[in-house]
Amino acid sequence: MSTLNAIAYNCRKATFLIEKQNLSGITIKQQYELKFHLAGCSVCQLFQQQSLLIDKMVKKHFFTEEEDLPKLDNNFKQNLEKRIESELNQK
Amino acid sequence: MSAEYRFEGKIDGSVTLDPKKWVEVHADYLFKYAIVRINDQDLAKDLVQETFLAGLKGLAGFSGKSSERTWLTAILKYKIIDIYRKESSGLANIKAISNVEAIEDEYFESADGHWKNEYTPKPFGKVQDPLQDKEFNRVLQSCMNKLPALWASVFVMKHMDEEKTEVILAELRLSSANFWVIIHRTKLSLRACLQKNWL
Repeated sequence: MSTLNAIAYNCRKATFLIEKQNLSGITIKQQYELKFHLAGCSVCQLFQQQSLLIDKMVKKHFFTEEEDLPKLDNNFKQNLEKRIESELNQK
Repeated sequence: MSAEYRFEGKIDGSVTLDPKKWVEVHADYLFKYAIVRINDQDLAKDLVQETFLAGLKGLAGFSGKSSERTWLTAILKYKIIDIYRKESSGLANIKAISNVEAIEDEYFESADGHWKNEYTPKPFGKVQDPLQDKEFNRVLQSCMNKLPALWASVFVMKHMDEEKTEVILAELRLSSANFWVIIHRTKLSLRACLQKNWL
């Protein structure tokens, strides 16, 4: 029980395991420890939900919110086209 | 016309490279790819330009097995990793890791690992569905911008590029222990920032 006691009251360790579990999986022993912690800790349960939400948001934000991102200006594009053209002609 | 210059025909009977149309067809896409990963407009522009120039030099090496866009994106991706790598080596790395220690103490009691009162997670209560909320996106982006560059790089490579952990460790020359420390603390930092600015 000593390991369980150590994690049962340790939110730093529990949140670390939550992140590791999200991304790569954790050992069966760690799964058990985490479950034990979460059963008694509503704050870390909330952290877990919010962590998953943040992951979803990050994916969605970066893949679909194009209108919020800065755009390339035409001047830059025209210069770049000229540069490519001249590089091609040098060959 | 040299051998390398024969790019406008089909290579291996499969994919066509047409550099004269690169800017028109791919510049915006590549710029977006860069800007969300490095968050620096000038640097992103430079990278788009460097990608096209490297592409021109590598025309002969194009195997025709991937699409033109996939091929150009792969060139850009390695240029971005080079930047991450510079940021994750030397002084910058030491600074980021020691920053990490400070953050850990910020959120948890050092004696027992309990949440400190002022950082205890509270519900994000403002809107019903944050996935539909533009304001949430804006705040998320500003919170991402506050992360140390190395943390942001690790986070982006793992969550957006869905790179294998081993690849990230190798590319950024990080130890596995440091990788997980960074993943953990990036999330703590983002979550706290969202709670502070969005609640």
